[in-house]
Amino acid sequence: MARRDFSASRIPGFATVAVLVFAALYLPIMMLVIYSFNSGDSIAIWEGFSFKWYPVAWNNEQVREVTFRSLTIATVASVIATTVATMAALGTTRRRGTKGQTFIYVMINQPLMVPEIVTAVALLIFFASIKVATGYQGLGYLITAHAAFCIPFAYLPIRARLEGMDRTLEIAAADLYATPWQAFRHVTLPLLMPGIAAGLMLAFVTSLDDVVITLFVKSAGQDTLPTYMLAQIRRSVSAEVNAISTLLLLLTVILLTAFFLLTRKRD
Amino acid sequence: MAQDDAIEARSSRKVYGTGPEAVVALDDVSIAIRKGEFFTLLGPSGCGKTTLLRMIAGFETPTAGQILLNGRDITDAPPNLRPVNTVFQSYALFPHLSVRRNVGFGLQMLGRPASEIDQKVERALAMVRLGEMADRKPTQLSGGQQQRVALARALAPSPEVLLLDEPLSALDLKLRKEMQSELKRLQHELGITFIFVTHDQEEALTMSDRIGVMSAGRLLQVGSPREIYNHPVNRFVADFIGETNFLPAEVSGGVATIAGGIAIPVDAGSPEGAHTIAIRPEHVRILPQDAGAAMRGTIAETTYFGTDSHVRLRLDGGADLVARYQSDTAGGEAPPTGAEVGVSFTPGAVQVLED
Repeated sequence: MARRDFSASRIPGFATVAVLVFAALYLPIMMLVIYSFNSGDSIAIWEGFSFKWYPVAWNNEQVREVTFRSLTIATVASVIATTVATMAALGTTRRRGTKGQTFIYVMINQPLMVPEIVTAVALLIFFASIKVATGYQGLGYLITAHAAFCIPFAYLPIRARLEGMDRTLEIAAADLYATPWQAFRHVTLPLLMPGIAAGLMLAFVTSLDDVVITLFVKSAGQDTLPTYMLAQIRRSVSAEVNAISTLLLLLTVILLTAFFLLTRKRD
Repeated sequence: MAQDDAIEARSSRKVYGTGPEAVVALDDVSIAIRKGEFFTLLGPSGCGKTTLLRMIAGFETPTAGQILLNGRDITDAPPNLRPVNTVFQSYALFPHLSVRRNVGFGLQMLGRPASEIDQKVERALAMVRLGEMADRKPTQLSGGQQQRVALARALAPSPEVLLLDEPLSALDLKLRKEMQSELKRLQHELGITFIFVTHDQEEALTMSDRIGVMSAGRLLQVGSPREIYNHPVNRFVADFIGETNFLPAEVSGGVATIAGGIAIPVDAGSPEGAHTIAIRPEHVRILPQDAGAAMRGTIAETTYFGTDSHVRLRLDGGADLVARYQSDTAGGEAPPTGAEVGVSFTPGAVQVLED
């Protein structure tokens, strides 16, 4: 009876469901972007077009402070995470016959599977005891926490890139008198760069918008942009938050587009 | 060992895996390859020829045995410390580097000065006639051009031995023929020892000074193309290289007796008893029925190939044979199917095989 090939797009209601899904995904974001240009200070009532919330947000000393803090944490944490992830990926793809590869793989990707709240509570308790022991109160805790949960995001694209790489190239380098370090430096690393860049960007974005772990780990006065925005919205609904969110959205879109272009290149 | 051996393998053995799953890729192979010769390792896939090549390059460590380069033991030396370069089957060109940087890679890793690298890269590219492609990326080249870059890259550091792992298998027939003569020319000009791995017997016969025939991890025979073709040591070699007729025979006192009681003179030193005898199709001569030949037969089928015809015939004793009938022989065309003919073998061309 079924003479045509099966295709999900021929199921009745396929188009309706697709439209609903896309609406659920993007309508709220569109509302957010539109209301960031609202001239009134409500996030629900449209009072006319205006750019005013952008300079308001920019001139807010607190916004600048938390944005700078967020960017600092995201930069340092994503660089650490990517470095660790690159080494982990090399270790798990370039060593022959290591037993328990699956176990190592699961261990590295643990933050993707454990509920974030569990990690958050665990880190809170862990760091609290260190704080008591050392007295150190700085940003180091947040950076460490972010670096830890960003590792799998950096690890996955780097590992994928390494697995797709032709091992013969490294053998050819060794054949042409390259020491193991030279082979890595001149062949593996340049070919791995798109994966590393992709991992770095994913880790950066992941760190930038983290709320749960940050809320638990941060000390007083260590608000990041997302936790600050959350506090603002709880206190009084401010249209300023819409403008900040829109800018964050723009940054994310730019990074993800770059990620897409980098991973697509040469494949 | 002889002074003029470039590479020597001594009882080299390679086993992959352990216990009941162990696979013997190379089974106690000993071989000496002379300086400056074009040596071919020939055999079907999985015969161990590539394993042996990879051991010489340093990509594999023998389970047992030794590898010597110019008399020096290099068994445990890593690839980067061996003055041996490889042309890979997949070419393995670095995709992120230009042709020039690819070819200069070896010299660069050796820490040679830039001026020397430039000069040698230039020369290597000229050698393979790719001078004008120097600034392209490998992906912008055709398969044949990539092949030449791989060759130039392996030759630029002036290795003592060049290893070629089925380098022509990805090329089409015409290009392959071109590269065969190109390789032969380069080897002749440079005087470098070439070790060439292939499963193509014709390629091996036309290019090599000597051939090593391998099967199932063993080295069966080493010799010049002529020796291998005319005096194969066993049925495998005779069958793998060229076309051969195999006939069961009883050998005694320099005479092999085949089906129907036909007696064929063979070399006096041939092994006695029940053996297979081998005769190449071009050594089977088809004569007129009344020419007084020792054997008679009937033509079963004739296939025209242009320069010659392949004739399947049945001897009166019942044995089947394939013969080549040169198109230009006097008398012109091969006899028609069903014709009764006389048959003789070229004296000395019949081989008694050990197994």
